[in-house]
Amino acid sequence: MADEFEPKIVAFLCKWCSSAGSDLAGVSRMQYPPNVIPITVMCSGSMSPLYILSAFKKGADGVLVSGCHPGDCHYIKGNFYARRRIALVKKLLEFIGLEPQRFQMSWVSAAEGTKYTQIIKDFVEELKPIGPQTKLRRSS
Amino acid sequence: MKRTGVFVCHCGINIAGTVDVKKVAKELSRHPGVAHAEEYVYMCSDPGQNLITEAIKEKKLDNVVVACCSPTLHETTFRNTSKEAGLNEFQCEIANIREQCSWVHKDMEKATRKAIKITKSAVERVRRNESLEPISIPVTRRALVIGGGIAGIQSALDLANSGYEVVLVERSPSIGGHMIQLSETFPTLDCSQCILTPKMVEVSKHPKIKLLTYSEVQEISGYVGNFKVKILKKPTYVDPDKCTLCDECTKVCPVVVSNEFDIGLTGRRAIYIPFPQAIPATYTLDIKSCPGLLPIACGKCADVCEPEAIDYDMKPDIIEEDIGAIIVATGYDLYDKGLMAEYGYGKYLDVLDGLQFERLCSASGPTQGKIIRPSDHKEPKEVVFIQCVGSRDPELHCAYCSKICCMYTAKHAMLYKHHVPDGQAYIFYIDIRSGGKGYEEFVQRAVEEDGVLYLRGKVSKIFEDKGKIKVWGVDTLTGKDIEIDADMVVLATAMRPSQGAGELAKKLKIAMDKDGFLSEAHPKLRPVESVTPGMFLAGAAQAPKDIPEAVAQASGAAAKAVAILSQERLFHAPTVAQVNLNLCTGCGMCVEVCPYVSLSLKDGKVEVNEVLCEGCGTCSATCLRAAIQVKNLTPLQVHEMIDASLGGR
Repeated sequence: MADEFEPKIVAFLCKWCSSAGSDLAGVSRMQYPPNVIPITVMCSGSMSPLYILSAFKKGADGVLVSGCHPGDCHYIKGNFYARRRIALVKKLLEFIGLEPQRFQMSWVSAAEGTKYTQIIKDFVEELKPIGPQTKLRRSS
Repeated sequence: MKRTGVFVCHCGINIAGTVDVKKVAKELSRHPGVAHAEEYVYMCSDPGQNLITEAIKEKKLDNVVVACCSPTLHETTFRNTSKEAGLNEFQCEIANIREQCSWVHKDMEKATRKAIKITKSAVERVRRNESLEPISIPVTRRALVIGGGIAGIQSALDLANSGYEVVLVERSPSIGGHMIQLSETFPTLDCSQCILTPKMVEVSKHPKIKLLTYSEVQEISGYVGNFKVKILKKPTYVDPDKCTLCDECTKVCPVVVSNEFDIGLTGRRAIYIPFPQAIPATYTLDIKSCPGLLPIACGKCADVCEPEAIDYDMKPDIIEEDIGAIIVATGYDLYDKGLMAEYGYGKYLDVLDGLQFERLCSASGPTQGKIIRPSDHKEPKEVVFIQCVGSRDPELHCAYCSKICCMYTAKHAMLYKHHVPDGQAYIFYIDIRSGGKGYEEFVQRAVEEDGVLYLRGKVSKIFEDKGKIKVWGVDTLTGKDIEIDADMVVLATAMRPSQGAGELAKKLKIAMDKDGFLSEAHPKLRPVESVTPGMFLAGAAQAPKDIPEAVAQASGAAAKAVAILSQERLFHAPTVAQVNLNLCTGCGMCVEVCPYVSLSLKDGKVEVNEVLCEGCGTCSATCLRAAIQVKNLTPLQVHEMIDASLGGR
């Protein structure tokens, strides 16, 4: 029996809100699919568009960038820069023909373990029907 | 290639229950550059730490990865362990395989695969970590306390009595906060003013406390140990040194406005002293209600002021202070009356809120402690108290419990009975929450000794009928409808963060929760710290709480501030931005986006002020040439972490 397609997702989480929120999901023993490998960065504002492209190039089926809620950034305004930059990356990815569902941005505070859990569940469900990402994957 | 050691923790069954730790260690031992990998039941235990130090020495490891719980818990532990074994502390990284893996998954095979990727990713990162030394910074040994209620007063006194200078900022003309408005306090029925005024006097006389009333924090910059604060001191138009408190000015002032201290039960003049024991003891000319500062407009107060204390030319003053630590004690306000129309508040004069009832009971209040109806000054014989007004109502108002209302309503009913022994007090409640020393006994006393009638249920309607206030409700214990012809209704309205606290929190960059209360760094273990280093929380600004809790938290916050102020120097994380001068073209884009003003252009290249830099990396994402990077989380490191996260499935 062929295995069901399990999308590979890289989640870039800011250290102060979203990573703490995902920790809270763990502390509260919430359950979500193991498809996501988290990478903690200091701030969503430090997310270079190259990181996102690099993840797709290396075979990610989906990429999530999650930061503090607008106005709540630990670094004052880093997530505002992230928001602008990420909107641009989203347009670029759509322009080159990548399914828009593959790249998501979310705001998860340190108190939102439930929200993080739901985002991961939904993301995995959304990616399953569209199958593996091949558009940007480096041929090997 | 550098030699990496990997240590996988079982955390009992917390990790090992879902992740095959042996397999993780085995898989990692095959990873390029990993010279040693092992697992152990509790890495954070002494034997566990010894395993790490021994392996570092014996296997000549250059760096280590500990795959365990969240770095917020044991990163410091394992960095210190590595340091003891002779490594630089930054040669240790944590792979979080518990909160972000074993606790959120059930499928062992998949969770193990994920744990391997997370650990490999940490190995890729640590391999390129630089050895760094913490950046040492001096400490300004002075504290700022914002808010002059009981919490702020307590924090300021504790700090001052520990030998540190304190700047206490209060936005109203006097310190004292809401506590000074209260009549008696539960559960002892101590007179609130009698126990607070000694502390207020101590503040005013303390050589270490600089009191700035009628002042607001305008701007704040800097970082822990070295804040720069701009405080706006509004003009009171009265020189406190000249004012003799003769009260001649209020007699001639033609303006009457609602008195905030009595919550509108009385009026005050445009020139006024909030209450007789105000600290500082002086008058304030409220410019918003004054007809005008020109003698041609009015000028009556200046005419009668013999000591010539009134100065219409007084200007706002901006005071700049150097501060090492900050305590925020901005307190609470009662829930906006305008939102409680269903209870007739603002429509019927004899429907009061809790603070107004305190003023009515208070010996120093508008009626000298005689409880009378505001409408006709008659003694009320039937009084209905309603709890949870605006609290515990997620659909329409606040979802949370305001915590103090059960107790103060019992107190109100009791005080009423002490003033009007032949009257009847009714209390509508949902639950009685009387946790606290002597609290449950206090509620029992209200019922047994003072005959207060508790009715479990909510009030559905309040309306005026023939000089009475009709209260319709339901007793949910008997299922019977209740109708009371009340003479007065007192609403225990919800506690809200004080007005303007949100703007202040944004200036200070401290987080708020969904209800606007200030967020503590950890709900269990760091209840008086904000997430921002050097800023602490005290009192009802953080959550609804009663006086003893506010005082305890205030002392706790002061102790936390002392832990900073008592240091000669503080240490700042050295994971800051660094510039590759060969690549930097001096375009200045990073300078513009830096939230900390830590970057500047010098001789056509960017320069980093390492003390100001917090290492957020916004500059790095902005630079088109990767000329600026944050140490130990460089783009190269992130790319390799991505690689490890996706590789080898």
